[in-house]
Amino acid sequence: MKKLINDPKNVVAESLDGLELAHGDILRVHRDPDFIVRADAPVQGKVGIVSGGGSGHEPLHGGFVGYGMLSAAVPGAVFTSPTPDPIVEATKAVDGGAGVLHIVKNYTGDVLNFETAAELAEAEGITVKSVIIDDDVAVQDSTYTAGRRGVAGTVFVEKIVGAAAEQGADLDAVVELAQRVNANVRTMGVALTACIVPHAGVPSFDLPEDEIEIGIGLHGEPGRERIKLEPVDVIVDRMLDPILSDLPFASGDRVAVLVNGMGGTPLIELYIALRRVGQVLEEKGISVLRTLVGNFTTSLEMQGMSISVLRLDDEMIELYDAPVQTAALRWGR
Amino acid sequence: MSLGITWTTDWIRRTAEVIGEHRVELITLDREIGDGDHGENLDRGFTAVLAKLDGLSPEAAPGDALKLVATTLISTVGGASGPLFGTAYLKAAGAVGQANELDGSAVVALLTAARDGIVLRGKAEVGDKTMVDAWTPAVDAAAAAQEAGRSEAEILDAAATAAAEGAAATEPLVARKGRASYLGERAVGHRDPGAQSTALILRAAADAARGD
Repeated sequence: MKKLINDPKNVVAESLDGLELAHGDILRVHRDPDFIVRADAPVQGKVGIVSGGGSGHEPLHGGFVGYGMLSAAVPGAVFTSPTPDPIVEATKAVDGGAGVLHIVKNYTGDVLNFETAAELAEAEGITVKSVIIDDDVAVQDSTYTAGRRGVAGTVFVEKIVGAAAEQGADLDAVVELAQRVNANVRTMGVALTACIVPHAGVPSFDLPEDEIEIGIGLHGEPGRERIKLEPVDVIVDRMLDPILSDLPFASGDRVAVLVNGMGGTPLIELYIALRRVGQVLEEKGISVLRTLVGNFTTSLEMQGMSISVLRLDDEMIELYDAPVQTAALRWGR
Repeated sequence: MSLGITWTTDWIRRTAEVIGEHRVELITLDREIGDGDHGENLDRGFTAVLAKLDGLSPEAAPGDALKLVATTLISTVGGASGPLFGTAYLKAAGAVGQANELDGSAVVALLTAARDGIVLRGKAEVGDKTMVDAWTPAVDAAAAAQEAGRSEAEILDAAATAAAEGAAATEPLVARKGRASYLGERAVGHRDPGAQSTALILRAAADAARGD
Protein backbone atom coordinates (compact mmCIF):
# COMPACT_ATOMS: atom_id res chain seq x y z
CA MET A 1 0.00 0.00 0.00
CA LYS A 2 1.35 3.41 -1.03
CA LYS A 3 -0.51 6.30 0.54
CA LEU A 4 0.28 9.78 1.77
CA ILE A 5 -0.77 9.06 5.32
CA ASN A 6 0.78 8.87 8.76
CA ASP A 7 -1.09 6.30 10.84
CA PRO A 8 -4.20 4.66 9.32
CA LYS A 9 -5.99 5.34 12.62
CA ASN A 10 -5.47 9.12 12.23
CA VAL A 11 -6.50 9.46 8.59
CA VAL A 12 -9.93 10.99 9.21
CA ALA A 13 -8.91 13.29 12.07
CA GLU A 14 -5.86 14.65 10.26
CA SER A 15 -7.79 15.22 7.05
CA LEU A 16 -10.37 17.21 9.03
CA ASP A 17 -7.57 19.44 10.34
CA GLY A 18 -6.51 20.12 6.77
CA LEU A 19 -10.08 20.70 5.61
CA GLU A 20 -10.55 23.36 8.25
CA LEU A 21 -7.23 25.01 7.43
CA ALA A 22 -8.19 25.14 3.75
CA HIS A 23 -11.76 26.34 4.16
CA GLY A 24 -11.99 28.06 7.52
CA ASP A 25 -13.95 30.88 5.91
CA ILE A 26 -16.74 28.48 4.97
CA LEU A 27 -16.79 25.80 7.62
CA ARG A 28 -15.74 24.84 11.10
CA VAL A 29 -14.64 21.41 12.27
CA HIS A 30 -15.96 20.33 15.64
CA ARG A 31 -13.85 17.73 17.44
CA ASP A 32 -14.87 14.95 19.77
CA PRO A 33 -17.35 14.20 18.48
CA ASP A 34 -16.19 15.00 14.95
CA PHE A 35 -18.46 16.87 12.58
CA ILE A 36 -18.25 19.75 10.12
CA VAL A 37 -20.62 22.74 10.25
CA ARG A 38 -20.92 25.85 8.15
CA ALA A 39 -19.12 28.74 9.80
CA ASP A 40 -22.31 30.71 10.49
CA ALA A 41 -24.29 27.82 12.04
CA PRO A 42 -26.92 27.80 13.34
CA VAL A 43 -28.82 30.06 10.95
CA GLN A 44 -31.95 31.16 12.82
CA GLY A 45 -35.22 30.24 11.16
CA LYS A 46 -33.59 28.10 8.46
CA VAL A 47 -34.09 24.36 8.14
CA GLY A 48 -30.82 22.60 8.93
CA ILE A 49 -29.58 20.11 6.35
CA VAL A 50 -27.33 17.36 7.71
CA SER A 51 -25.75 14.52 5.80
CA GLY A 52 -22.92 12.14 6.48
CA GLY A 53 -21.51 8.69 6.03
CA GLY A 54 -18.23 6.92 5.92
CA SER A 55 -15.12 8.92 5.08
CA GLY A 56 -13.25 8.12 1.90
CA HIS A 57 -15.82 9.64 -0.46
CA GLU A 58 -14.43 13.18 -0.44
CA PRO A 59 -15.55 15.79 -1.23
CA LEU A 60 -18.84 14.14 -0.18
CA HIS A 61 -20.07 15.28 2.36
CA GLY A 62 -17.77 17.76 4.12
CA GLY A 63 -16.89 19.48 0.86
CA PHE A 64 -20.53 20.41 0.42
CA VAL A 65 -20.97 22.19 3.73
CA GLY A 66 -21.61 25.89 3.34
CA TYR A 67 -23.98 28.54 2.04
CA GLY A 68 -26.70 27.06 -0.16
CA MET A 69 -25.94 23.40 0.50
CA LEU A 70 -25.32 21.40 3.69
CA SER A 71 -25.50 22.89 7.18
CA ALA A 72 -23.38 20.05 8.56
CA ALA A 73 -21.66 16.84 7.55
CA VAL A 74 -20.82 13.93 9.80
CA PRO A 75 -17.85 11.81 8.72
CA GLY A 76 -17.52 8.28 10.01
CA ALA A 77 -14.38 6.17 9.91
CA VAL A 78 -13.26 5.25 6.41
CA PHE A 79 -16.16 3.51 4.63
CA THR A 80 -18.01 3.20 7.95
CA SER A 81 -21.09 5.18 8.86
CA PRO A 82 -20.74 7.62 11.75
CA THR A 83 -22.10 6.69 15.17
CA PRO A 84 -25.21 8.41 16.53
CA ASP A 85 -23.44 10.83 18.93
CA PRO A 86 -21.77 13.09 16.34
CA ILE A 87 -24.95 13.03 14.25
CA VAL A 88 -26.95 14.21 17.27
CA GLU A 89 -24.40 16.93 18.07
CA ALA A 90 -24.28 18.12 14.45
CA THR A 91 -28.08 18.20 14.39
CA LYS A 92 -28.15 20.34 17.52
CA ALA A 93 -25.42 22.63 16.15
CA VAL A 94 -27.41 23.50 13.03
CA ASP A 95 -30.91 23.66 14.47
CA GLY A 96 -32.13 27.19 13.88
CA GLY A 97 -35.58 26.44 15.28
CA ALA A 98 -37.07 25.32 11.97
CA GLY A 99 -36.16 21.63 12.24
CA VAL A 100 -33.47 19.54 10.58
CA LEU A 101 -33.45 17.28 7.55
CA HIS A 102 -31.15 14.24 7.52
CA ILE A 103 -30.09 13.19 4.04
CA VAL A 104 -29.09 9.52 4.37
CA LYS A 105 -27.65 7.25 1.72
CA ASN A 106 -29.26 3.84 1.70
CA TYR A 107 -26.70 1.67 3.44
CA THR A 108 -27.75 -0.40 6.44
CA GLY A 109 -25.20 1.23 8.77
CA ASP A 110 -26.03 4.77 7.71
CA VAL A 111 -29.75 4.15 8.05
CA LEU A 112 -29.45 2.53 11.51
CA ASN A 113 -27.14 5.20 12.97
CA PHE A 114 -29.06 8.17 11.54
CA GLU A 115 -32.34 6.59 12.70
CA THR A 116 -31.00 6.27 16.24
CA ALA A 117 -29.58 9.81 16.14
CA ALA A 118 -32.90 11.24 14.89
CA GLU A 119 -34.70 9.59 17.83
CA LEU A 120 -32.17 11.03 20.30
CA ALA A 121 -32.37 14.52 18.77
CA GLU A 122 -36.18 14.38 18.83
CA ALA A 123 -35.95 13.51 22.51
CA GLU A 124 -34.06 16.77 22.97
CA GLY A 125 -36.85 18.72 21.32
CA ILE A 126 -35.55 19.07 17.76
CA THR A 127 -37.84 18.14 14.89
CA VAL A 128 -35.92 15.82 12.59
CA LYS A 129 -37.06 14.33 9.30
CA SER A 130 -35.06 11.93 7.16
CA VAL A 131 -34.92 11.19 3.49
CA ILE A 132 -33.19 8.04 2.26
CA ILE A 133 -31.33 8.39 -1.04
CA ASP A 134 -31.37 5.32 -3.29
CA ASP A 135 -30.37 6.35 -6.78
CA ASP A 136 -28.19 3.37 -7.76
CA VAL A 137 -29.80 1.35 -10.54
CA ALA A 138 -27.09 -1.30 -10.40
CA VAL A 139 -28.82 -3.29 -7.71
CA GLN A 140 -32.27 -4.73 -7.91
CA ASP A 141 -34.63 -3.30 -5.36
CA SER A 142 -36.56 -6.17 -3.87
CA THR A 143 -37.76 -7.36 -0.51
CA TYR A 144 -34.75 -9.66 -0.51
CA THR A 145 -32.14 -6.90 -0.52
CA ALA A 146 -31.52 -3.84 1.60
CA GLY A 147 -32.77 -1.86 -1.39
CA ARG A 148 -30.90 0.31 -3.81
CA ARG A 149 -27.79 2.07 -2.62
CA GLY A 150 -27.45 5.81 -2.34
CA VAL A 151 -24.55 7.00 -4.48
CA ALA A 152 -23.45 10.10 -6.41
CA GLY A 153 -26.98 11.34 -7.11
CA THR A 154 -26.84 12.48 -3.48
CA VAL A 155 -24.87 15.52 -4.69
CA PHE A 156 -27.86 16.73 -6.72
CA VAL A 157 -30.17 16.20 -3.73
CA GLU A 158 -27.88 18.14 -1.40
CA LYS A 159 -27.43 21.05 -3.85
CA ILE A 160 -31.10 21.49 -4.69
CA VAL A 161 -32.48 20.91 -1.21
CA GLY A 162 -29.77 23.09 0.32
CA ALA A 163 -30.78 25.95 -1.96
CA ALA A 164 -34.43 25.58 -1.01
CA ALA A 165 -33.59 25.68 2.70
CA GLU A 166 -31.39 28.73 2.13
CA GLN A 167 -34.35 30.48 0.49
CA GLY A 168 -36.52 29.79 3.53
CA ALA A 169 -38.48 26.67 2.56
CA ASP A 170 -39.99 24.95 5.61
CA LEU A 171 -39.16 21.42 6.76
CA ASP A 172 -42.11 19.74 5.04
CA ALA A 173 -41.24 21.49 1.79
CA VAL A 174 -37.59 20.43 1.86
CA VAL A 175 -38.58 16.84 2.69
CA GLU A 176 -40.95 16.75 -0.27
CA LEU A 177 -38.28 18.29 -2.50
CA ALA A 178 -35.60 15.82 -1.37
CA GLN A 179 -37.94 12.93 -2.10
CA ARG A 180 -38.79 14.41 -5.50
CA VAL A 181 -35.15 14.87 -6.51
CA ASN A 182 -34.31 11.37 -5.29
CA ALA A 183 -37.24 9.96 -7.27
CA ASN A 184 -35.94 11.63 -10.43
CA VAL A 185 -32.25 10.77 -10.29
CA ARG A 186 -30.60 7.52 -11.39
CA THR A 187 -26.95 6.50 -11.16
CA MET A 188 -24.69 3.71 -12.35
CA GLY A 189 -21.01 3.22 -11.54
CA VAL A 190 -18.08 1.35 -13.02
CA ALA A 191 -14.77 0.35 -11.46
CA LEU A 192 -11.55 -0.22 -13.39
CA THR A 193 -9.50 -0.94 -10.25
CA ALA A 194 -10.13 -1.53 -6.58
CA CYS A 195 -9.26 0.93 -3.85
CA ILE A 196 -7.30 0.23 -0.69
CA VAL A 197 -8.90 1.10 2.63
CA PRO A 198 -6.02 2.40 4.80
CA HIS A 199 -6.72 0.15 7.80
CA ALA A 200 -7.12 -2.95 5.61
CA GLY A 201 -3.97 -2.31 3.59
CA VAL A 202 -5.02 -4.57 0.72
CA PRO A 203 -7.28 -3.91 -2.29
CA SER A 204 -11.01 -4.03 -1.47
CA PHE A 205 -11.60 -6.61 -4.16
CA ASP A 206 -9.66 -8.48 -6.79
CA LEU A 207 -10.15 -7.31 -10.34
CA PRO A 208 -7.99 -8.74 -13.12
CA GLU A 209 -6.00 -6.21 -15.17
CA ASP A 210 -8.20 -6.58 -18.25
CA GLU A 211 -11.59 -6.60 -16.52
CA ILE A 212 -13.95 -3.96 -15.19
CA GLU A 213 -16.87 -4.16 -12.78
CA ILE A 214 -20.09 -2.53 -13.95
CA GLY A 215 -22.48 -1.36 -11.25
CA ILE A 216 -19.88 -0.94 -8.55
CA GLY A 217 -20.91 0.50 -5.17
CA LEU A 218 -19.26 3.33 -3.30
CA HIS A 219 -17.27 0.98 -1.11
CA GLY A 220 -16.08 -1.39 -3.74
CA GLU A 221 -19.04 -3.66 -3.28
CA PRO A 222 -19.45 -5.54 -6.53
CA GLY A 223 -22.22 -4.55 -8.87
CA ARG A 224 -24.00 -6.18 -11.77
CA GLU A 225 -21.39 -7.83 -13.90
CA ARG A 226 -17.74 -8.15 -14.65
CA ILE A 227 -16.71 -7.64 -18.26
CA LYS A 228 -13.57 -7.23 -20.32
CA LEU A 229 -12.34 -3.66 -20.65
CA GLU A 230 -14.02 -1.95 -23.61
CA PRO A 231 -13.66 1.50 -25.21
CA VAL A 232 -15.28 4.14 -23.01
CA ASP A 233 -18.13 4.75 -25.49
CA VAL A 234 -19.17 1.12 -25.11
CA ILE A 235 -18.90 1.34 -21.31
CA VAL A 236 -20.98 4.54 -21.23
CA ASP A 237 -23.65 2.90 -23.37
CA ARG A 238 -23.80 -0.09 -21.02
CA MET A 239 -24.17 2.26 -18.06
CA LEU A 240 -26.72 4.59 -19.62
CA ASP A 241 -29.00 1.81 -20.77
CA PRO A 242 -30.19 0.75 -17.30
CA ILE A 243 -30.28 4.39 -16.15
CA LEU A 244 -32.47 5.59 -19.00
CA SER A 245 -34.79 2.60 -19.01
CA ASP A 246 -35.29 2.65 -15.26
CA LEU A 247 -37.06 5.95 -14.62
CA PRO A 248 -37.77 5.83 -17.59
CA PHE A 249 -36.38 8.93 -19.23
CA ALA A 250 -38.20 10.02 -22.41
CA SER A 251 -37.75 12.28 -25.38
CA GLY A 252 -38.44 15.86 -24.33
CA ASP A 253 -37.04 15.39 -20.80
CA ARG A 254 -34.67 18.03 -19.49
CA VAL A 255 -31.84 16.64 -17.40
CA ALA A 256 -28.75 17.42 -15.40
CA VAL A 257 -25.82 15.00 -15.82
CA LEU A 258 -23.08 14.24 -13.32
CA VAL A 259 -20.05 12.33 -14.59
CA ASN A 260 -18.37 11.56 -11.30
CA GLY A 261 -14.83 10.34 -10.90
CA MET A 262 -14.23 7.64 -8.29
CA GLY A 263 -10.96 9.24 -7.23
CA GLY A 264 -8.38 7.62 -9.48
CA THR A 265 -9.58 8.61 -12.94
CA PRO A 266 -8.30 11.81 -14.56
CA LEU A 267 -10.64 14.48 -15.88
CA ILE A 268 -9.52 13.86 -19.44
CA GLU A 269 -11.23 10.45 -19.32
CA LEU A 270 -14.32 11.82 -17.60
CA TYR A 271 -14.74 14.39 -20.38
CA ILE A 272 -14.53 11.64 -22.99
CA ALA A 273 -17.28 9.84 -21.09
CA LEU A 274 -19.43 12.98 -20.88
CA ARG A 275 -19.01 13.45 -24.62
CA ARG A 276 -20.60 10.07 -25.21
CA VAL A 277 -23.35 10.72 -22.65
CA GLY A 278 -24.19 13.91 -24.55
CA GLN A 279 -24.35 12.05 -27.88
CA VAL A 280 -26.64 9.33 -26.55
CA LEU A 281 -29.00 11.72 -24.81
CA GLU A 282 -29.21 13.95 -27.88
CA GLU A 283 -30.10 10.95 -30.03
CA LYS A 284 -32.93 10.20 -27.62
CA GLY A 285 -34.24 13.76 -27.64
CA ILE A 286 -33.25 14.41 -24.04
CA SER A 287 -31.93 17.92 -23.35
CA VAL A 288 -28.85 18.20 -21.14
CA LEU A 289 -29.34 21.54 -19.38
CA ARG A 290 -26.66 21.27 -16.69
CA THR A 291 -23.49 19.18 -16.31
CA LEU A 292 -21.03 18.45 -13.55
CA VAL A 293 -17.77 16.64 -14.29
CA GLY A 294 -15.18 15.77 -11.68
CA ASN A 295 -14.58 14.00 -8.40
CA PHE A 296 -17.65 14.56 -6.25
CA THR A 297 -18.39 11.18 -4.67
CA THR A 298 -15.22 9.15 -4.63
CA SER A 299 -14.05 5.77 -3.36
CA LEU A 300 -10.53 6.67 -2.27
CA GLU A 301 -8.18 6.04 -5.22
CA MET A 302 -10.46 3.71 -7.13
CA GLN A 303 -10.27 4.16 -10.89
CA GLY A 304 -13.69 4.44 -12.41
CA MET A 305 -16.68 6.72 -12.63
CA SER A 306 -20.39 6.95 -12.15
CA ILE A 307 -22.97 8.60 -14.33
CA SER A 308 -26.00 10.25 -12.75
CA VAL A 309 -28.93 11.63 -14.70
CA LEU A 310 -31.51 13.85 -12.99
CA ARG A 311 -34.80 14.72 -14.63
CA LEU A 312 -35.33 18.40 -13.96
CA ASP A 313 -38.45 20.46 -13.42
CA ASP A 314 -38.56 24.27 -13.37
CA GLU A 315 -38.18 24.49 -9.60
CA MET A 316 -35.17 22.15 -9.58
CA ILE A 317 -33.46 24.18 -12.32
CA GLU A 318 -33.92 27.42 -10.38
CA LEU A 319 -32.63 25.85 -7.17
CA TYR A 320 -29.72 24.15 -8.92
CA ASP A 321 -28.63 27.53 -10.30
CA ALA A 322 -29.00 29.28 -6.94
CA PRO A 323 -25.78 30.51 -5.30
CA VAL A 324 -23.64 27.97 -3.48
CA GLN A 325 -20.41 28.45 -1.57
CA THR A 326 -18.78 25.27 -0.36
CA ALA A 327 -15.30 23.80 -0.56
CA ALA A 328 -16.13 21.65 -3.56
CA LEU A 329 -18.96 23.48 -5.29
CA ARG A 330 -19.22 27.24 -5.74
CA TRP A 331 -21.09 29.49 -8.07
CA GLY A 332 -23.17 32.64 -8.11
CA ARG A 333 -21.77 34.09 -4.93
CA MET B 1 -22.69 -22.65 39.76
CA SER B 2 -24.32 -19.39 38.72
CA LEU B 3 -22.46 -16.63 36.88
CA GLY B 4 -21.80 -13.17 38.28
CA ILE B 5 -19.87 -10.02 37.52
CA THR B 6 -16.53 -11.86 37.39
CA TRP B 7 -17.83 -14.00 34.54
CA THR B 8 -19.30 -10.98 32.76
CA THR B 9 -16.13 -8.91 32.84
CA ASP B 10 -14.03 -11.96 31.97
CA TRP B 11 -16.32 -12.58 28.98
CA ILE B 12 -15.87 -8.99 27.86
CA ARG B 13 -12.07 -9.10 28.22
CA ARG B 14 -11.85 -12.40 26.35
CA THR B 15 -14.08 -10.95 23.63
CA ALA B 16 -11.81 -7.94 23.17
CA GLU B 17 -8.83 -10.28 22.99
CA VAL B 18 -10.34 -12.70 20.50
CA ILE B 19 -11.69 -9.90 18.29
CA GLY B 20 -8.22 -8.37 18.23
CA GLU B 21 -6.71 -11.73 17.29
CA HIS B 22 -9.27 -12.29 14.52
CA ARG B 23 -9.33 -8.69 13.28
CA VAL B 24 -7.70 -9.48 9.95
CA GLU B 25 -9.78 -12.62 9.43
CA LEU B 26 -12.99 -10.60 9.93
CA ILE B 27 -11.74 -7.84 7.62
CA THR B 28 -11.00 -10.46 4.99
CA LEU B 29 -14.41 -12.11 5.30
CA ASP B 30 -16.07 -8.70 5.02
CA ARG B 31 -13.84 -7.71 2.11
CA GLU B 32 -15.12 -10.71 0.18
CA ILE B 33 -18.79 -9.82 0.43
CA GLY B 34 -19.02 -6.38 2.05
CA ASP B 35 -16.72 -3.42 2.43
CA GLY B 36 -13.98 -4.86 4.60
CA ASP B 37 -14.37 -2.95 7.83
CA HIS B 38 -16.02 -5.42 10.20
CA GLY B 39 -12.86 -6.52 12.01
CA GLU B 40 -11.52 -2.99 12.26
CA ASN B 41 -14.81 -1.62 13.61
CA LEU B 42 -15.34 -4.31 16.25
CA ASP B 43 -11.70 -4.07 17.31
CA ARG B 44 -12.08 -0.31 17.74
CA GLY B 45 -15.29 -0.83 19.74
CA PHE B 46 -14.00 -3.50 22.11
CA THR B 47 -10.72 -1.65 22.62
CA ALA B 48 -12.82 1.30 23.80
CA VAL B 49 -14.86 -1.06 26.00
CA LEU B 50 -11.68 -2.38 27.65
CA ALA B 51 -10.58 1.15 28.48
CA LYS B 52 -13.87 1.77 30.27
CA LEU B 53 -14.12 -1.60 32.00
CA ASP B 54 -11.60 -0.68 34.67
CA GLY B 55 -13.85 2.15 35.74
CA LEU B 56 -16.70 -0.24 36.48
CA SER B 57 -17.61 -0.43 40.17
CA PRO B 58 -16.66 -3.73 41.85
CA GLU B 59 -20.25 -3.92 43.09
CA ALA B 60 -21.62 -3.65 39.57
CA ALA B 61 -24.10 -6.31 38.43
CA PRO B 62 -23.64 -8.25 35.16
CA GLY B 63 -26.34 -6.05 33.63
CA ASP B 64 -24.28 -2.92 34.36
CA ALA B 65 -21.27 -4.36 32.53
CA LEU B 66 -23.42 -5.39 29.57
CA LYS B 67 -24.92 -1.91 29.42
CA LEU B 68 -21.44 -0.40 29.41
CA VAL B 69 -20.56 -2.57 26.43
CA ALA B 70 -23.77 -1.53 24.68
CA THR B 71 -23.30 2.21 25.01
CA THR B 72 -19.61 2.02 24.14
CA LEU B 73 -20.20 -0.05 21.00
CA ILE B 74 -23.03 2.22 19.85
CA SER B 75 -20.85 5.31 20.27
CA THR B 76 -17.62 3.96 18.79
CA VAL B 77 -18.27 1.27 16.18
CA GLY B 78 -20.51 2.86 13.55
CA GLY B 79 -21.53 0.93 10.45
CA ALA B 80 -24.27 -1.62 10.83
CA SER B 81 -22.50 -3.70 13.46
CA GLY B 82 -22.37 -0.85 16.00
CA PRO B 83 -26.14 -0.45 16.32
CA LEU B 84 -26.73 -4.21 15.96
CA PHE B 85 -24.27 -5.46 18.59
CA GLY B 86 -25.00 -2.38 20.71
CA THR B 87 -28.69 -3.23 20.73
CA ALA B 88 -27.90 -6.87 21.50
CA TYR B 89 -25.93 -5.96 24.63
CA LEU B 90 -28.50 -3.36 25.64
CA LYS B 91 -31.36 -5.87 25.43
CA ALA B 92 -29.22 -8.48 27.19
CA ALA B 93 -28.60 -6.02 30.01
CA GLY B 94 -32.33 -5.36 30.25
CA ALA B 95 -33.11 -9.06 30.39
CA VAL B 96 -30.87 -9.72 33.40
CA GLY B 97 -31.79 -6.51 35.22
CA GLN B 98 -29.94 -5.95 38.48
CA ALA B 99 -29.46 -9.66 39.28
CA ASN B 100 -26.01 -10.34 40.74
CA GLU B 101 -26.02 -14.03 39.86
CA LEU B 102 -27.28 -15.52 36.60
CA ASP B 103 -28.63 -19.05 36.60
CA GLY B 104 -29.30 -21.14 33.51
CA SER B 105 -32.63 -19.57 32.73
CA ALA B 106 -31.14 -16.08 33.11
CA VAL B 107 -28.37 -17.00 30.67
CA VAL B 108 -30.95 -18.19 28.16
CA ALA B 109 -32.98 -15.01 28.73
CA LEU B 110 -29.84 -12.93 28.15
CA LEU B 111 -29.05 -14.64 24.84
CA THR B 112 -32.68 -14.57 23.70
CA ALA B 113 -33.02 -10.86 24.40
CA ALA B 114 -29.76 -10.14 22.56
CA ARG B 115 -30.94 -12.06 19.51
CA ASP B 116 -34.39 -10.44 19.58
CA GLY B 117 -32.77 -6.99 19.72
CA ILE B 118 -30.70 -7.74 16.62
CA VAL B 119 -33.73 -9.06 14.76
CA LEU B 120 -35.71 -5.96 15.75
CA ARG B 121 -33.01 -3.51 14.57
CA GLY B 122 -31.78 -5.33 11.53
CA LYS B 123 -35.09 -6.84 10.44
CA ALA B 124 -33.28 -9.98 9.30
CA GLU B 125 -34.48 -13.57 9.55
CA VAL B 126 -32.74 -16.91 9.67
CA GLY B 127 -31.45 -17.69 6.19
CA ASP B 128 -30.71 -14.08 5.22
CA LYS B 129 -26.95 -14.72 5.65
CA THR B 130 -26.47 -12.38 8.61
CA MET B 131 -25.42 -12.64 12.25
CA VAL B 132 -28.94 -13.88 13.00
CA ASP B 133 -27.87 -17.17 11.44
CA ALA B 134 -25.42 -17.61 14.28
CA TRP B 135 -27.53 -16.07 17.06
CA THR B 136 -30.72 -18.06 16.52
CA PRO B 137 -29.21 -21.56 16.59
CA ALA B 138 -27.20 -20.42 19.62
CA VAL B 139 -30.35 -19.37 21.45
CA ASP B 140 -32.12 -22.60 20.50
CA ALA B 141 -29.19 -24.73 21.65
CA ALA B 142 -28.93 -22.80 24.91
CA ALA B 143 -32.64 -23.25 25.61
CA ALA B 144 -32.41 -26.99 24.90
CA ALA B 145 -29.38 -27.37 27.18
CA GLN B 146 -31.12 -25.46 29.94
CA GLU B 147 -34.24 -27.64 29.64
CA ALA B 148 -32.00 -30.68 29.86
CA GLY B 149 -30.75 -29.38 33.20
CA ARG B 150 -27.23 -28.49 32.07
CA SER B 151 -24.96 -26.11 33.97
CA GLU B 152 -24.51 -22.48 32.94
CA ALA B 153 -21.12 -23.27 31.44
CA GLU B 154 -22.61 -26.16 29.44
CA ILE B 155 -25.46 -23.95 28.24
CA LEU B 156 -22.98 -21.36 26.97
CA ASP B 157 -20.83 -24.06 25.40
CA ALA B 158 -23.86 -25.39 23.53
CA ALA B 159 -24.66 -21.85 22.38
CA ALA B 160 -21.10 -21.21 21.20
CA THR B 161 -20.91 -24.50 19.31
CA ALA B 162 -24.26 -23.85 17.61
CA ALA B 163 -23.18 -20.30 16.72
CA ALA B 164 -20.01 -21.60 15.08
CA GLU B 165 -22.01 -24.16 13.11
CA GLY B 166 -24.49 -21.43 12.19
CA ALA B 167 -21.68 -19.18 10.98
CA ALA B 168 -20.25 -21.98 8.83
CA ALA B 169 -23.73 -22.65 7.48
CA THR B 170 -23.96 -19.11 6.09
CA GLU B 171 -21.40 -19.99 3.42
CA PRO B 172 -23.79 -21.50 0.85
CA LEU B 173 -26.46 -18.82 1.37
CA VAL B 174 -27.44 -15.91 -0.86
CA ALA B 175 -27.42 -12.73 1.25
CA ARG B 176 -30.70 -10.89 1.61
CA LYS B 177 -29.76 -8.13 4.05
CA GLY B 178 -26.93 -5.67 4.41
CA ARG B 179 -24.22 -4.89 1.91
CA ALA B 180 -23.68 -8.49 0.88
CA SER B 181 -27.24 -8.56 -0.48
CA TYR B 182 -26.04 -6.50 -3.44
CA LEU B 183 -23.92 -9.43 -4.54
CA GLY B 184 -26.78 -11.81 -5.19
CA GLU B 185 -25.48 -15.25 -6.13
CA ARG B 186 -21.89 -14.06 -5.82
CA ALA B 187 -22.14 -14.06 -2.03
CA VAL B 188 -22.41 -17.84 -2.17
CA GLY B 189 -19.30 -19.58 -0.87
CA HIS B 190 -18.41 -16.80 1.56
CA ARG B 191 -19.02 -16.81 5.28
CA ASP B 192 -20.95 -13.91 6.81
CA PRO B 193 -18.53 -11.83 8.92
CA GLY B 194 -21.22 -10.86 11.47
CA ALA B 195 -22.11 -14.50 12.02
CA GLN B 196 -18.43 -15.29 12.45
CA SER B 197 -17.86 -12.53 15.02
CA THR B 198 -21.00 -13.68 16.85
CA ALA B 199 -19.49 -17.17 17.10
CA LEU B 200 -16.26 -15.71 18.49
CA ILE B 201 -18.12 -13.62 21.08
CA LEU B 202 -20.22 -16.56 22.28
CA ARG B 203 -17.17 -18.83 22.43
CA ALA B 204 -15.56 -16.21 24.67
CA ALA B 205 -18.66 -16.34 26.92
CA ALA B 206 -18.37 -20.12 27.21
CA ASP B 207 -14.61 -20.02 27.84
CA ALA B 208 -15.13 -17.43 30.57
CA ALA B 209 -17.79 -19.61 32.21
CA ARG B 210 -15.51 -22.65 32.14
CA GLY B 211 -12.77 -20.44 33.53
CA ASP B 212 -9.83 -21.84 31.62
